[in-house]
Amino acid sequence: MHPDSAAFLFLHAFLINNFVLALFLGLCPFLGVSAKLKTAWPMGLAVIFVMLVASLCAYGINILLVRFEIEYLRLICYIAVIASAVQLVEMTIKKLSPTLFRMLGIFLPLITTNCAILGMALFQTFNEYNFVQSLAYSLGAGAGFMLALVLMAGLREKLELADVPDPCTSAAISLMLAGLLSLAFMGFAGLGG
Amino acid sequence: MPRDPKQLSPPTMATLKEGVWKENPVFIMLLGLCPALAVSNTALNALAMGLASTFVLLGSTTLISLLRHLIPKQVRIASYIIIIATFVTIVDYTIHALSLELYNALGAFIQLIVVNCMILGRAEAYASKNRILTTFVNSIGMGAGFTLALFSIGAVREILGFGTFFGIPLFGSNFQAWAVFILPPGGFFVLSLWLVLFAALRRRADQRKEVGHAS
Repeated sequence: MHPDSAAFLFLHAFLINNFVLALFLGLCPFLGVSAKLKTAWPMGLAVIFVMLVASLCAYGINILLVRFEIEYLRLICYIAVIASAVQLVEMTIKKLSPTLFRMLGIFLPLITTNCAILGMALFQTFNEYNFVQSLAYSLGAGAGFMLALVLMAGLREKLELADVPDPCTSAAISLMLAGLLSLAFMGFAGLGG
Repeated sequence: MPRDPKQLSPPTMATLKEGVWKENPVFIMLLGLCPALAVSNTALNALAMGLASTFVLLGSTTLISLLRHLIPKQVRIASYIIIIATFVTIVDYTIHALSLELYNALGAFIQLIVVNCMILGRAEAYASKNRILTTFVNSIGMGAGFTLALFSIGAVREILGFGTFFGIPLFGSNFQAWAVFILPPGGFFVLSLWLVLFAALRRRADQRKEVGHAS
């Protein structure tokens, strides 16, 4: 596969350099919402949507910023766009499913401070991806986040029944699981050559 | 550094220590994990990241505390983020100018300080409610705690992964480096081991207190 092709970029963000397990982006929601599969799915979908919107807007904004030579405002503009996209998702979910809204709780507005999204927007700018590449990259990043979240939720549901030594409960054992998952994902390195 | 107890009233000294130990942002509150794991593959990178975050934390919480009566409640989060983003832009350009090598090693993670939940959390939970001086001291403590946490993760990873400490070789030529510790999984393992250690220490302290009460 050609390293600049959209399909490769999707695979790159989805598996090879998974945003959560290889780049350590978006760890707070990853540990916070992965306790149950029922909340992991919708959270993943919400992140994919915000990723797509943020990627499109970041692409447009970057063209404007470069045009007027005000690149130092990039960070502030990106954050403002992401915050508005999250607000939109929040209002939609609140309208469509109040139960889900309550289950996701504080983690829904916190998507704004999810470093995976800002990270994706920054990486796409640094690497100067074109429109189609940016879209594929953001889709891969979002799908990768969801994959990691769902895998983790499945493992943690099993963990509820396991007998864990006392000092290792909750966060410590979850991080160890994440480490093992990340070890497994290292096997994807070199995929698609 | 305002470490001299004579200059500070007792509650301020407690506010300073709070962030380093009792409410350590990484080990106790699990905030700001992304930079704590992503750039902690060597002790130097970890220290630089900790200091950069501390500067942003100090600057933004002080400014927010100064402006806390002027910022309307409804748009406070947006205002905080813009203040934080301003300080991050300053840090970003400064590091770029001072050391290109360090800038390339830390990469996008300097700009990602904006979305470090520790800073926004401090701004919302502390700076918006407290006077400038207390906020300033508390932020120094929190920043020191964050730097300490990053440093302890980075040091372990560098010693085991490269066999060096700040670039100085520690072991003889027979040492076989554990490459896994500089790779992503190592970050997760080292942090979880620190967490286990802290949990075990806290349990022992609690048990000792109980025994003390009983007798």
